[in-house]
Amino acid sequence: MLDDFFTRALIAGIGVALVAGPLGCFVVWRRMSYFGDTLSHAALLGVALALLLDVNITLSVGAVSIVLALLLLALRHGDTLPSDALLGLLSHSALAIGLVCLAFMTWVRVDLLGLLFGDILSVTRTDIAMIYGGGAIVLGGLLLIWRHLFAATVSSDLAGAEGLRPDRAELVFMLLTAIVIAISLKIIGALLITALLIVPAAAARRWAGSPEQMAVIAAFAGVVAVVAGLNGSLYYDTPSGPSIVVAAMLLFVLSLFPVRRLIEKLTAENRGGI
Amino acid sequence: MSEAADNLVQLTRAGIQKSGSWLVRGVDLTVSPGEIVTLIGPNGSGKSTTAKMALGIHKPTEGSAARRGGLSVGYVPQKLSIDWTLPLNVKRFMRLTNSLSDAECMAALERTGAAQLVGEEMRTLSGGELQRVMLARAIARSPDLLVLDEPVQGVDYAGEIAIYSLISEIRNTVECGILMISHDLHVVMAAADQVVCLNGHVCCRGTPSDVSRNESYQRLFGTRAGGALAVYEHDHDHVHLPDGRVRHSDGTVCNHCPGEHDHTHEAHGISKAQPSDETAPHKRVAGGVADA
Repeated sequence: MLDDFFTRALIAGIGVALVAGPLGCFVVWRRMSYFGDTLSHAALLGVALALLLDVNITLSVGAVSIVLALLLLALRHGDTLPSDALLGLLSHSALAIGLVCLAFMTWVRVDLLGLLFGDILSVTRTDIAMIYGGGAIVLGGLLLIWRHLFAATVSSDLAGAEGLRPDRAELVFMLLTAIVIAISLKIIGALLITALLIVPAAAARRWAGSPEQMAVIAAFAGVVAVVAGLNGSLYYDTPSGPSIVVAAMLLFVLSLFPVRRLIEKLTAENRGGI
Repeated sequence: MSEAADNLVQLTRAGIQKSGSWLVRGVDLTVSPGEIVTLIGPNGSGKSTTAKMALGIHKPTEGSAARRGGLSVGYVPQKLSIDWTLPLNVKRFMRLTNSLSDAECMAALERTGAAQLVGEEMRTLSGGELQRVMLARAIARSPDLLVLDEPVQGVDYAGEIAIYSLISEIRNTVECGILMISHDLHVVMAAADQVVCLNGHVCCRGTPSDVSRNESYQRLFGTRAGGALAVYEHDHDHVHLPDGRVRHSDGTVCNHCPGEHDHTHEAHGISKAQPSDETAPHKRVAGGVADA
């Protein structure tokens, strides 16, 4: 079954979506989408390093993302809080440095479009193992810090005052985000990874009544987007990343329709109500 | 100030410096079980900062902040903004930092008069409703120490009295220490065991029980609930320099502001603007003063 490249891509994509949904909820709640952008754009630098040192790309991207996440955290705790401008500067600098590094390495042929927008043809069994291994770590870690991180998201002071560990939870969350970015690079591409974090979460918002529900719905919305997007990618020969993001975006648009209210209204009528 | 070893929290000459200037400095403060300590002072006087030092959210730059081991805290922060992206109803908010049974959750909400809000989304609550819900969440943890940062902001007048009498009642029934921040002196003093006035440092402090022997104070707090306006004036006789030093009105500059001034209450003019009849429903508040 895994001999088929499309099946491999599908399995890999579903694995990524299951993890990106719940984590993406926190990215949305904590207004950290620019942070996600910065990390994912730096992934190209990780790719360049991997080719230079001849190591596994996912591991290298993960390492670069983690270092950058720690750097951003240190900046945040300093006196200068990273403003939009600073994050934007870091984000695009990281992208540009990665592209320049790759251009310098004339002895390797790199599929740049694949790196930027995802490439389902390139998904290997090792990638699938990495995605599910890394994904398990991320979901497990997220479950462990869930209460701390969620309380810190509502109010960091309140969480700290009542004996939780908001700082530690935020650190773990940033590391988990770095891992998700590393494992999603092949499927989504460096430019659009943040979209896979944010769009399913945004689509889940209207259907969710609690934060936990939103995380679960976001995971499923992500899976639907991946399946639809990859099929579209195969059928129309479009790059996989943008196809998945378009599918997720359509789900978000669909979520804007007042389906819930309609159902409530219909059930109310059936009960002989209004 | 008691030096008992079982203080819930103890600040010793604690201060916080940020970007070269002192937010607050030289604060001595203790809260023991069953005691209500109130911090008052103008905006930017370091009330919230002091409370955050006591809670361990901010580490003091100088001095020390010690909390009893295993202290359980209930905290009502001054501000809480819930974004649209966050689906959070009151029921889930009640369980933010620890798990609660439905019965415990409802009991706490009922105590603060917010039981009907249990299914509401947090971001749709009005200011007063939010305060009641936050207070319910804090007491549902049955904490050893309750820290309330402006617990009645946005609450209407009747609700304000209800919440203050609830706070006194919590102190009596739960036996927890309460650290409360307010700019609202008159109601505060009624419930507090110790009032600490801050303005970048401890300006003065006093126990309202001393004060309550004073006839005019009794009259003042007795009529407060009846609709009288009590005006609190603070004559500040010194200036705080950016480096944390203090220039007194006679021109002398000293390194620290003395922890407490010689004046305790003489410098504070409290005038009664409008006397009015004490009405029966408010006797409870007036009685609270005499007990304190």
